[in-house]
Amino acid sequence: LKILTGNDLKTGAVVWWDGSGWSLHVEEAVDVGAEVDAILAREEAARNVNASYAIDAEQDGEGRVRPAHIKDRIRALGPTVRPDLTLRPADPEAGNWVI
Amino acid sequence: MYRYDHYDQTMVDTRVAEFRDQVRRRMEGKLTEDQFKPLRLMNGLYLQLHAYMLRVAVPYGTLSGAQMHMLADIADKYDRGYGHFTTRQNIQYNWIKLEDAPDILADLATVEMHAIQTSGNCIRNISSDHYAGAAADEVTDPRPYAELLRQWSSFHPEFTALPRKFKIAVIASETDRAAMRLHDIGIRLVRNDAGELGAAFYVGGGMGRTPMIAPLIRDFVPLDQLITYSEACLRVYNRHGRRDNKFKARIKILVHEMGAEEYTRQVEEEFAHLLSQGIEPPFAELERIRTYFVDPPFQAGLADDLDRSDPDFAVWVDRNCHAHKQPGYIAVTISLKPVGGIPGDATAAQMHLMADIARDYSFDECRVTHAQNIVLPHVEKQRLYELWQKLEEAGLGAANLDQIGDIIACPGLDYCSLANARSIPVAQKISERFAASGKGDTLGELKLKISGCINACGHHHAGHIGILGVDKKGRENYQLLLGGSEGADTSLGKITGPGFDEDGIVEAVEKAADVYLAQRADGERFLDTYRRIGMEPFKEALYG
Repeated sequence: LKILTGNDLKTGAVVWWDGSGWSLHVEEAVDVGAEVDAILAREEAARNVNASYAIDAEQDGEGRVRPAHIKDRIRALGPTVRPDLTLRPADPEAGNWVI
Repeated sequence: MYRYDHYDQTMVDTRVAEFRDQVRRRMEGKLTEDQFKPLRLMNGLYLQLHAYMLRVAVPYGTLSGAQMHMLADIADKYDRGYGHFTTRQNIQYNWIKLEDAPDILADLATVEMHAIQTSGNCIRNISSDHYAGAAADEVTDPRPYAELLRQWSSFHPEFTALPRKFKIAVIASETDRAAMRLHDIGIRLVRNDAGELGAAFYVGGGMGRTPMIAPLIRDFVPLDQLITYSEACLRVYNRHGRRDNKFKARIKILVHEMGAEEYTRQVEEEFAHLLSQGIEPPFAELERIRTYFVDPPFQAGLADDLDRSDPDFAVWVDRNCHAHKQPGYIAVTISLKPVGGIPGDATAAQMHLMADIARDYSFDECRVTHAQNIVLPHVEKQRLYELWQKLEEAGLGAANLDQIGDIIACPGLDYCSLANARSIPVAQKISERFAASGKGDTLGELKLKISGCINACGHHHAGHIGILGVDKKGRENYQLLLGGSEGADTSLGKITGPGFDEDGIVEAVEKAADVYLAQRADGERFLDTYRRIGMEPFKEALYG
């Protein structure tokens, strides 16, 4: 999979391209194939996203989108050392998903 | 403490207004990110792994109670209830919104603080000895000189676009508690044979991907030429420092490639020229600054003894307290390294408490240390037990200064976009392991420092045991270094051999500690034993 990520301009929050907009949840990210440059140019120009880029991803055993590199998995979840500040604070398996 | 005059306050207020306008224009689309990025970085605002990160300057690490309260308020109001004290004696907030940044800077300005020059290729926050003004072994308080350098370097038009960032440390003791020789310029205030104060200049130190220990280039600069000599050092660097390669742009590379002798010759030549230009600030300005750093109203005749009948208190005193120049007083370090905690992190509640304690016990003053702890510089010994009890109640009583649990760790891959590996979980596991086994209490002084990438914000080169996180084919891997040290006996750690995974590096640290315990002679620290027996016994234990 090729998926798009960046930060919300105003809040800095990590966001993922879901096909029609930017989601906080990586599991909603969609494969953009060859559309990378076109989408990023349009969305950056509209200030819908900041510091955007494309990354490789795969689907995990449960069919969820999982970024290929640990750095992007940490971006997707939140700091592994503060589970309370992640997007899945009640999920004891969230850390394993990152590592 | 120094207080802003009209000029200081106007400069900071003006910058806040300017940045507010820049943020507005960015959000309205009148500035692109490429245009805006250097502007936000000039105000300490980075875009990090999860959000914007704001780095706030704490000049030479000194904070008033009101300033610490404000740092806590910002954590509560604009962030997620905590802040991270850094190895540059600053504080960072990890969850900042761009739209809030101008208001945060405005709030900081009300307590004479800012985030100017905490990023970019300029002269960064001047760091110093966290016991300045309290240490029994200093020749003078280094902070007035650090403040003079701060004023000189703030918005210095010639040095806002240096080849690379530039870090200066100022100390005034034989014992270096600020890693002075690992700075771009390290200044040690000294007395000459005639009893006059001057400055010894060490230039070209640093960590990062090419660690260097700064050589001494001049052993005595008269204090009324301090700024002129600093200017000469910077000018030669600005003229010849490499701008073609970011990784070779620091002054350490210039001094190394040019040679310390030639660099010094050019500095002396420039210095002679500058002396004829009259650029040194009027001595009256230094005198004005000095008035802000007079001793607080110490009481004379206080008892100098301590009741050490509580054994836990006695251990804390031995580890976390430092001799004071004034009889009856002592300098206290509040460890921000509880067992299994995140090194350098403090909650807003803890910051408020430390501010109140600073007000009640230390003449309303505290310090941030480069080891990510907080110092109360002037505490009455007779009130020390009472203070310790308050710290204990708040979870701030860890008795581990310079022990294996007092780990320096950068934010690492949990927060930093430059990092290759996480630092904090490794620190937590080591801290927990040595606390659980009790072995940590048997090791004595052992400085462990962890960086999540080669930029070395966690000072791994200077750790008795250092750990460097690297990316090995997409997986976190950790190299082990031994034998590094900051201070008077500054040395750079050496890599033991192949790296380890996360659990493996924790095991490796324990094996290294075991070699020390088995081989140490009476009175030897880990570092002393390593220097005596060398790397081989450690390698044998790790890889044999």
